[in-house]
Parts: sequence; C-alpha cells; structure tokens
Amino acid sequence: MSKIEDRGYSNSDVLVSTDWVADHLEDSNVRIVESNEDPLLYPSQHIPGAVEVDWTRDLNQQVRRDYLEKDGFEALMKKIGATRDTTVVFYGDKSNWWACYAFWIFQLFGHTNAKVMDGGRLKWEKEKRPMNKDVPSYNATSYSAPNRDDKKIRAFRDDVLTHVNASLPLVDVRSPEEYSGERMHMPDYPNEGALRGGHIPGAHSVPWGRAINPDDGSFKTAGELAEIYQKEKGLGKDDNVVAYCRIGERSSHTWFVLTYLLGFSNVRNYDGSWTEWGNLVNVPIEK
Amino acid sequence: MSEIPQKLKDYLDMLSLVDDRSERIQLLIETAERFHSVDESISTRPFPEENKVPGCESQAYVWEEQIEDEKLKFHFAVENPQGISAKAMAVILDETLSGAPAKEVAEVPGDVIYEVFGKELSMGKSMGLMGMVGMVANKARKFSEGNG
Repeated sequence: MSKIEDRGYSNSDVLVSTDWVADHLEDSNVRIVESNEDPLLYPSQHIPGAVEVDWTRDLNQQVRRDYLEKDGFEALMKKIGATRDTTVVFYGDKSNWWACYAFWIFQLFGHTNAKVMDGGRLKWEKEKRPMNKDVPSYNATSYSAPNRDDKKIRAFRDDVLTHVNASLPLVDVRSPEEYSGERMHMPDYPNEGALRGGHIPGAHSVPWGRAINPDDGSFKTAGELAEIYQKEKGLGKDDNVVAYCRIGERSSHTWFVLTYLLGFSNVRNYDGSWTEWGNLVNVPIEK
Repeated sequence: MSEIPQKLKDYLDMLSLVDDRSERIQLLIETAERFHSVDESISTRPFPEENKVPGCESQAYVWEEQIEDEKLKFHFAVENPQGISAKAMAVILDETLSGAPAKEVAEVPGDVIYEVFGKELSMGKSMGLMGMVGMVANKARKFSEGNG
C-alpha cells in the first residue's frame, strides 16, 4: 500500500500509519486509544501504552439511547489522561469501525486533535508489532469540553425525514442483504432488532467495506474512493449527505471516508440508523 | 431457562460467581486460548457454507460428529484471527455440550451468551455468538429427531 501522503486524500493528516504510531509510543502528547466491538480484544493484548475506550461503557448513556454529555466526556478525557492539546489516535477491530465511531463522537465535543491509525488493529498485528497486556495509568488531567454539538455531523430521524422528502442523497453502508430487506436470520435465530426490512428511500447502497483493502484494513486511495462514491454513485463534494447503517458504527466509518479522505463538506451520520428507522411508524421504506 | 446439559449449567454457575468484570474477561481470554480449530479429519478449507454460522462476522463454522448413539461431539473453526469472543464461545460449547445428550443440547437457548459475556455486547456480536449457539442446538435437534 502506498504512503498515506501519496494517496491523494483531502485531509491526509487525520490518518496516521502504523509506523507513525510505533514512533510515538512514548510521546506524552499522544494518547493511543483502542475501541473495539469485541470486549475481549483489548484485555487480551494491545498496543503498548494504549488505553481502551469502550463504546457501550464509555461513550453511551446507560439508560437513554444517546451519547455521553459534556460532563461525561470531560470525565472520560480526565480518565485517559488527555488534555485538549493531546493528539488522540484511534484504532480498533473491524478495520476501524469502532475507532471511527469513537472518533466521530469525539468530534461532537470538538476534539479535533484526533487521528485514526490506518489499518487498525489488523494491520498492526499483521506487521507483528509489539503488543502487551499492561493497562497503563496516566495522570488525571483537567479537561474542559464544550457542550455536545449534534447539529453539524449528526442526523436525527426528523432530519432524515426532511432529507428524504427533499430528495437529498443518503448512503446505506450495510450489506446488500440488509439494504434489500432480505431476511438476515435463519428460522429460530434472532432478527436484528427492526420490525421492517429494506432501506430509506433513495439511499445509495455502498457497503462500508468497499472503502478498505480487506487484506490489512487500510483505506483505499482517494482515486479508488472517488471512483465508488463520486463516479459510480454520483455524489458531489458539496452535497448534503446522510450516512446510516444499523446503529451508526459502520456509517461513522463511511462518514470518516467522505469527510476527511474525500473532502466532502456536509456529511452527517444518522446513528439511529436502521434500528430506529426500521421500527418507526409511518415512515417511507423501500425494498 | 429450560433444562440444559449439566456441564453447561455448572459452567454458568461457576461464571456467575465471578463478579469482577476484569476477572471474568481474563477467564474468557484464557478460555479462548484453549481453542483448537476443526481437525482435518472432519473438514478442510475452504469450509462448506452449510457449516458457516449465519450472522457471525468472525466467520465461525460448526460441525457435529456422532460419538455415541445419542451424543455428538462439536467441532469449530473461527477464521477471523481477531474473533476472540467466538473462540471462547466455541471452547465453552465444545467443553460443555460435546458428549451431552443431544435432546438436551437442542434446548440450549441462544441468550445463554449474555450469561457468559454480559449484556454489553453489540448487536452484531450478539447475533454472531447467538448464531453459534443456535447452530449447535439445531444440529443436535436434527440429530435427535433423526434418531427419534
């Protein structure tokens, strides 16, 4: 894979290589954060010095379906020993699904000094780089966060309904079977928490995984990404785009790709996604 | 929960005594370290689609082998090297359900995963792990119906 700076990304500085991370393991201005779907992965081993930010325990409210508020975010940053000047570098499993999800939530609080490690945990492991089980402890910091800003990069269901009625573009990043509304489960198996299958009318189907190289989880070049999102699907950099999946984790990966790698100016992640839309009464659905 | 094989019940009882989350996670990691992929005498790559667990992104596969008149031995493969929870689940299912009466195995509910991993699993992860349990139970059900 070519060097990140040679891939033509609009904002290449938001993506760092495994080499870069290896060179900054001792950098006190950098906090490496692992975010996974699998709760056993980080405790089994992780990049030396990395802390864990767990999407359920650390980023979500435990009663209401929503993310943590300002106080919770400040407490989280204090816990991981980060200040507003700390460069937070995310990585994780599933080619950085959860890393991008955490990155996106950090942007709701304006922590722009954040990056994603290209290839995530898969690439680091494949390169046989050092890992250990030591859980680091950093001195607590003082962190003052702004209130969470849900307006710019987050979409709620009413926003999406308005978006649909205005025939504005959406990207459904789920699998083709989820998009088409085919049953995803065998008899006697649980379904995925939505009463209806299908997709939001007018949504383009672009499974999230098309943006990565499956061998090592790294992102495709800007040219390859533009081929998919711009040429094949006809999206424009100035379009008002909403991305969604099932709960907003895969679509935050696509949000990251469109916003930072391709330089789209107005992309929002609909984190209610299909688990909300597929259960809503009287909203339009296509199959 | 309906009647489930005694070994699984004993395992879940033991696990319920491990209150500390870190200890439980460590226990599950050590469990995953005992994982052995399916023996070549049972199946070789590329593994058949019919043995693939639906909905499991860790690409887990399940096989059954008759070892006695009414008992099965279960074999597993987990093709995602980062599928550590799937590996732990495979070991638990093998160690507690292989050799148990198939009629009892058929009754094991998918939501047993929450007793093992807690309720903090993502929906996708839950689907995959439940799919593993469900596939084992389905294989046991078909076997016991065939023997019935």
